[in-house]
Amino acid sequence: MLYPVLFLLLLSVVGFYLNKNKSVYLSKNQKLASLPAYYGYLAFLYIFVPAIIIWLGLLIGKSFILQNYLILTLGDSLSIMNSDEINLFMSKVKNLSLGISFGNETDLEKFAAEKIISFDKIFSLLTYLVLTLSSILAFLIARKKVIPNFKSQRTVEKIVNRFIQICSLIAILITLGIFLSLVFETLNFFSYVNPLHFLFGLNWSPNKAFVIDSAETIDKDILRDAFGIIPLLGGTLLIAFLAMIVAIPLGLMSAIYLAEYAPKKIRDFSKPVIEILAGIPTVVYGFFAALVVAPKIVMLGKSMGFEVSSESALAAGLVMGVMIIPFVSSLSDDVINAVPQSLRDGSYALGATKSETIIKVILPSALPGIIGSFLLAISRAIGETMIVVMAASLQANLTINPLEPATTITTQIVTALTGDTEFDNPKTLVAFALGLTLFFITLFLNYFALKIVKKYREIYD
Amino acid sequence: MVNAITTENVNVFYGDKQAINNISLNFLKNKVTALIGPSGCGKSTFLRCLNRMNDVIEICRVEGKISINDQDIYKDQIEVEQLREKVGMVFQKPNPFPKSIYDNVAYGPRIHGFTDKKNEMDEIVATALKKAGLFEEVKNRLDDLGTSLSGGQQQRLCIARAIAVKPEVILMDEPCSALDPIATSIIEELITELKESYTIIIVTHSMQQAARVSDKTAFFHLGNLIEEGDTTKIFTKPDNQKTNDYITGRFG
Amino acid sequence: MTNLIKRKKAERRFQLYGIFAVSLSLLFVLTLIVNIFSSGIGGFYKTSFLMEIHFDQKLLKLEDNPSSEQIEDASFRKLISYNFKENFSQYSKDEIKQIKKLFYRKIDKETQSYLLKNPQYLNQKVELLFTASTDIDQIHKGNFNRNIPEKQRSINNFQLGIYDQFIETGKVKKVFNKRYFISGDSRDPESAGVASSVMGSVFTILICFLLSFPIAIFASIYLEEFAKSGKVTDLIEININNLAAVPSIIFGLLGLGILLNFFGLPRSTSLVGGMVLSFMTLPTIIVACRSSLRAVPPSIREGALALGATKNQVVFHHVLPLAMPGTLTGTIIGLARAVGETAPLLMIGMVAFIMNVPSTPLEPAVGMPAQIYLWSESAERGFIEKTSSAIILLLIFLIVVNFVSVYFRKKYEKKW
Repeated sequence: MLYPVLFLLLLSVVGFYLNKNKSVYLSKNQKLASLPAYYGYLAFLYIFVPAIIIWLGLLIGKSFILQNYLILTLGDSLSIMNSDEINLFMSKVKNLSLGISFGNETDLEKFAAEKIISFDKIFSLLTYLVLTLSSILAFLIARKKVIPNFKSQRTVEKIVNRFIQICSLIAILITLGIFLSLVFETLNFFSYVNPLHFLFGLNWSPNKAFVIDSAETIDKDILRDAFGIIPLLGGTLLIAFLAMIVAIPLGLMSAIYLAEYAPKKIRDFSKPVIEILAGIPTVVYGFFAALVVAPKIVMLGKSMGFEVSSESALAAGLVMGVMIIPFVSSLSDDVINAVPQSLRDGSYALGATKSETIIKVILPSALPGIIGSFLLAISRAIGETMIVVMAASLQANLTINPLEPATTITTQIVTALTGDTEFDNPKTLVAFALGLTLFFITLFLNYFALKIVKKYREIYD
Repeated sequence: MVNAITTENVNVFYGDKQAINNISLNFLKNKVTALIGPSGCGKSTFLRCLNRMNDVIEICRVEGKISINDQDIYKDQIEVEQLREKVGMVFQKPNPFPKSIYDNVAYGPRIHGFTDKKNEMDEIVATALKKAGLFEEVKNRLDDLGTSLSGGQQQRLCIARAIAVKPEVILMDEPCSALDPIATSIIEELITELKESYTIIIVTHSMQQAARVSDKTAFFHLGNLIEEGDTTKIFTKPDNQKTNDYITGRFG
Repeated sequence: MTNLIKRKKAERRFQLYGIFAVSLSLLFVLTLIVNIFSSGIGGFYKTSFLMEIHFDQKLLKLEDNPSSEQIEDASFRKLISYNFKENFSQYSKDEIKQIKKLFYRKIDKETQSYLLKNPQYLNQKVELLFTASTDIDQIHKGNFNRNIPEKQRSINNFQLGIYDQFIETGKVKKVFNKRYFISGDSRDPESAGVASSVMGSVFTILICFLLSFPIAIFASIYLEEFAKSGKVTDLIEININNLAAVPSIIFGLLGLGILLNFFGLPRSTSLVGGMVLSFMTLPTIIVACRSSLRAVPPSIREGALALGATKNQVVFHHVLPLAMPGTLTGTIIGLARAVGETAPLLMIGMVAFIMNVPSTPLEPAVGMPAQIYLWSESAERGFIEKTSSAIILLLIFLIVVNFVSVYFRKKYEKKW
């Protein structure tokens, strides 16, 4: 797949040297407007840039061309299929052409697979031909530019600048991509389920959609009750809340102690060690929550006479809280350190003790920043996936009792999309609607958090 | 007497603020001209117009005519890179690149394509370092970082770096303000030697330095050119009362 | 005066809260690490039994001096049953069956590989080491309590008796589990290894690096050095900030929706995994690169400009090289985070049972974290130990990477 790129690179490098050598030769007699190397770079860019765009175009267009080619050659046999059948047929044939056989292929499929193989050969030959032609053409143009008063450096730099400008747009493209992919599939989902039922429904049981699927009739009345996001939102918030109960006091107090009280040695040791918690992959926390913490909580509950589920919100929440401690503490630490020393001095000069200064002067003036950091932490907790996938329940349960099982938005996204994923089923598509909801919630939280933090910074900067 | 640079009615604006008011001033070839005046008087701004270093500042706008060898340097057909090849600059704080001494000096010749032969480049570097009076001190450690030198040596390296591209004019923006007296005196001697081959324009806040090294002096105040002339004249019997006040230390 | 005493007490109490919070946080780190290490370190070892094997030529149906192919084709089942009968002749058929269950069920393959390596064993009696079954392995390592009622364990009293007998006769050995490092996933905990997932992670991160690093650097250069402030630039800034806060699973949905469904890239491959992770890593690298670019003093730029360098030359010859150490540190941190990322990879199908070590990024693969997730979901106790061992490897890798980045920063970071 990558050979054409290497081939192009080779051609471009050859072009570079040909042009450079010519300009070195020219520069012996007269001064050129730019260094010889820039005439070389010019050839390189002229050859490489258009050709790589052509290549990408061919790559994207290939499956489309292939499909039409097959429909043309097999016209009659395919015309009786509907679009789903064609898709199935295509994927089967493609697998067959790659040598993946399940032994149950029809003659038609085998014939089509052979067609694909020969098509592939011709297509790749054509690709090389097109790339070579475009390279030669581009080189001839670049060759014409090797004249003393052509400022090749300017041109090269313009191309480079345009390129890096495009690179900087990638952040926008990614956001756009996220948005489009989520919205597109969400709309698809809403063609099965009324958005109102999704947003305000109190029942979550997507497996009902499974039943419908097998019956091949879509009964909107059943779907109406299957995809209510409220219980998921409830579970998500419950677990995030539990996490905050752990993370906020511990994170904030650690930050205060380390910023205001701790001797340098303890600070230098504790800060990086606590930050280890932030570097541990979430799958490790998930493992820990599911296999160590949850059983302990069940045991503890039993000894105290409580009925605790082995997939309780408590286990996931507690462990998630631990994960978020360094997040809260380092953000709060920044905020506390940003409070000017003069405020502290003023308070001490009035005879206040350290804790009084912290509680009555530093914290109130750092409050917006601290609240901002809490909001960021909450958004992190809401979007966290692995811990809840591994430790929380799959069963939707609208409850505020942390000892009962609860499920979250992220857990349900993962459940919906692992295993068989067919994109004509509300059970799968709902993941994108959930994702969109999650995207908006976190965006909203971050927007506010950053706004608050920014405002706070402006006061002291 | 030939003018290396002529300027006519130069105005410089930073946004709405005018920093230079209608200055016309000529610089003689192979002479040292000192620009003096209290800080904020626009002497550095004016200096930076001569090699278009002000182009970097987005809000800065230059009006008027500045010509080098009868070519208007703000006209579009002049490439700013070629201009700076002809007009070198040494800055207030020595700013060698964090590369080897050799690469510091060779950088300019390389980007301007002076040569691609190693021995010719060695020659260019050695000549420039010799002219900057640094060669003897560093000839055995050309691969050391330029930043590892002492302050005075760094500044001479920067001068060598500027010389290496064979400029006609060297602009110096308070080249000694970050140096100790001994390093300063070495640089001052160097300036006197260099004027044989280059036109030098030096901005300085030290009047003694201006008196010691320059042939011509121009006194700037609040963006205006107050007075210009032979250094001896400016420092002994200036025409303008403000100049007199400044050089006798009444303000500044 | 009593007021002051009260205030002093409050002061001390407040400080105690602080100490409590810090110690509790440190305790969490300690618990986590001690727990993982103590349960996982055993996974690097395996319990093995010494047993004498008679490589009977007739039972193997081999000629004299057989070739490797012939040995590979031979069936070792009969040889194994024969040897078990020989070694445990005093027991009944049924009991021998139970004894056999103390060993890894693919003992015939192990025997075969011994002979492949040492063809001279043919017709000889040799005492060799054989992997114990995962159940007995867990008992031997003390991960499983053997004193619970017989019905609740997979090893019965008779089997335990044989095991004790093995111990007395010194036939039980704890050996380094090489297979864990060189083989891929398996249905049996005895032979499951991390090699395929390590390779999957390597490919994924490689792709992620190759995509995110250059793009992030070019984007940063544009934003820091060339962009004029305007609406587009503001929009880019906002987007970068937002991307840094988007939950990782959303990036997985992006990969699924756009890369797999729209562009039709191959599912479950490191290529797509790396692309998805690069979307997440980009903002991290951009932020690091931009702050390093900003830290390069303007005097360097001026110096180069004054020599007649163009803006591009200034940036690519001087500013970028100087910003490199800071950028690389940021990149390492970003990539280290990407290594541990699991959720987005679940979305694009990088959770599969992968036995073969992938050799290109276009083959289906899993990463280390996904392997950890898969193993932790499986019920067998042997896999739990494997999971912890994999976590240890992952953590050690991350710690090393972090040290490298700290070292890097200390060594190359310039203070201007």
